[in-house]
Amino acid sequence: MTDVMTNPMPSYALERHFALVSGRVPATVLVAGSGEPVLYLHGAGGLAWNPLLEALAGQYTVYAPEHPGAGQTDLLHLRDMWDLALYYDELLDALQLPTVAVVGHSFGGMAAAELAANSRPRVSKLVLIAPIGFWRDDAPIADLAGISPEHLIQLLLHDPSGPLAAALAPPRHDPQAMFEATVRMASILHFIWPLPDKGLKRRLHRVTAPTLLLWGTGDKLVPPVYAEEFDSRLSDSRLELIENAGHLPHLEQPAATCACVLKFLG
Amino acid sequence: MKSIFFHFMPYRDLPEDFDKKHESIWVTPPNDELCDPNMVRQYYKWSLDELELADRLGFDGVGVNEHHQNGYGFMASPNLMAAALARRTPNNSAICVLGNTLALYTPATRVAEEFAMIDCLSDGRLVAGFPVGTSMDVNFCYGVTPTLTRPRYREAVDLITQAWTRPGPFTFNGEFNQLRYVNPWPKPLQKPHPPVWLAGGGSVETWELAGDRDWTYNYLSFFGYQLAQKVMGGFWETMDRMGVDRNPYRAGYSQQICVSETDERAEEEYLEHVMYFFNKCMHTPPWFREAPGYRTRRSSEFAIKSNQATEIVRMATMEKDWKTLVDSGMIIAGSPATVADRLIEAAKTLNAGNLIALLQIGSMPHHLTEKNITLFAEEVLPRIRGQWADEGWDHRWWPSGAASRVGTLAGEPERSAR
Repeated sequence: MTDVMTNPMPSYALERHFALVSGRVPATVLVAGSGEPVLYLHGAGGLAWNPLLEALAGQYTVYAPEHPGAGQTDLLHLRDMWDLALYYDELLDALQLPTVAVVGHSFGGMAAAELAANSRPRVSKLVLIAPIGFWRDDAPIADLAGISPEHLIQLLLHDPSGPLAAALAPPRHDPQAMFEATVRMASILHFIWPLPDKGLKRRLHRVTAPTLLLWGTGDKLVPPVYAEEFDSRLSDSRLELIENAGHLPHLEQPAATCACVLKFLG
Repeated sequence: MKSIFFHFMPYRDLPEDFDKKHESIWVTPPNDELCDPNMVRQYYKWSLDELELADRLGFDGVGVNEHHQNGYGFMASPNLMAAALARRTPNNSAICVLGNTLALYTPATRVAEEFAMIDCLSDGRLVAGFPVGTSMDVNFCYGVTPTLTRPRYREAVDLITQAWTRPGPFTFNGEFNQLRYVNPWPKPLQKPHPPVWLAGGGSVETWELAGDRDWTYNYLSFFGYQLAQKVMGGFWETMDRMGVDRNPYRAGYSQQICVSETDERAEEEYLEHVMYFFNKCMHTPPWFREAPGYRTRRSSEFAIKSNQATEIVRMATMEKDWKTLVDSGMIIAGSPATVADRLIEAAKTLNAGNLIALLQIGSMPHHLTEKNITLFAEEVLPRIRGQWADEGWDHRWWPSGAASRVGTLAGEPERSAR
């Protein structure tokens, strides 16, 4: 459970394991901190300990599941976003959490929105950091699989020349690590191929949780114009923009991002 | 040994700066800028003329395949070409469609119907190819989710073979194809169905499918028989493990071939066109070659262990001149004697009874292609046809309606299997 973006996992974080969907889909969850529960759903880069998890663990019990399918899981048991929303609902049962605040980044934001639309009483607050889930012809989202890793990093970061860019570079020297990274990416693409518009537009209006939308002003992968798609469908939402950040504001501007999230969660 | 003249139908006049200016020959080469239907009209005619010539000159089969949005093969529907060939191949060559990309068709009964139509149209000469298809075609051009490529393929294989063998109407309740009434009109002429040839790039699952179903496996690559050894070695080891015999007709491989009067003349005539092929037609960025999830965990692990990708990248990126192309086996070129010797060596090394001969390469013009086909048919075929003949293997995967030219010389009247 490590990733190129990772800060080392702290000793106080635990890994918990479950078998969901009648035992067919294994689940791994990082648990850290104490206090009210917060569920964190990661994006396509994979689960890694990061400054936002660190900040959340300072005030809450943070539960960070690894998205299913990164291991040997047969993703045929989870065919679409509807299956995935039910999977996360089932995971909350397994964690014995009747209600949670949910924070999701990018694809994790899309999954969080689906969960909040489906399991309304369970989700007390919702934080969506540069979520996907829509398609606009005037702001096409790049094909994650159809561009070079270098180009992808250009799109991800406000500052593609900084140290974060080097940390995000694929582990080319290590075929096995490259392969594991590919499998992680495949498990995300499974739900959003070839375009991430998978029906959230028909379900997002159901969300009742107060929602914070967070976007880096320099997000070239999922341009901030997508906030309109969420804002216009949510009954209780606010948008905060993070300056000098691209698609990974929690990594590029961790202080500003964490402050926004913690303030909203109260 | 069976020789099949196989055509990709490339665009033969891409601009000089194509590979500098564009990221890929496949998926994204802009059609309005690069693909002139007026040129294509001519290319299709030449290509069909070349396939028909191969039939007249005594090749065992003629072959076509399916690619999409691709500058080196814009036969989006090989079945249309096969239908045209069915009517214009009086010498009764096998018609090898290698094949239909099954995962693209929902319901997959479309493939069962069209293959059955071609089989009837051709009097039972169809070889039905069932490739998984490339990531470029399946995932990028047709939008199939990479992780569902193989599940959809496997289900299509089941549905199509059931549609051909079970009495209709019956019900098929699949994950991807749900049909209350499966009852194709017609069923194929060949019984129980046309021979199925799998075409693959080295997936363990495809080898096992070939062994399980008793079908042939064909390694289709552009990098020649030396690279093919790795993959075919894996195939035969899998057959051994499964207790399947080493009948060479279970295996086929593709090979680019250039025949001329002499070895020197071959270089003069063909080098330019082969370079066009490797520089322009192989110009595909790595991210299109394999979308994440296209390959299974098992096959990826095999590929990593056997260094497949590294090997292919090495072949693709190595500095190419006539000598390196010939030495590495990417092309087999030279006088008829040279070509025949190396083809026999290749067949023995790979234990392969089906040669998928690529004789139109890149920008090779029509007249030169005709020369290549003619020299191959008249001078090479007679030298290689007898390979495997004295080992007593039965080619159980040859279409029953196609001429059987085993042991006869090109141009001589052949006996029909019917």
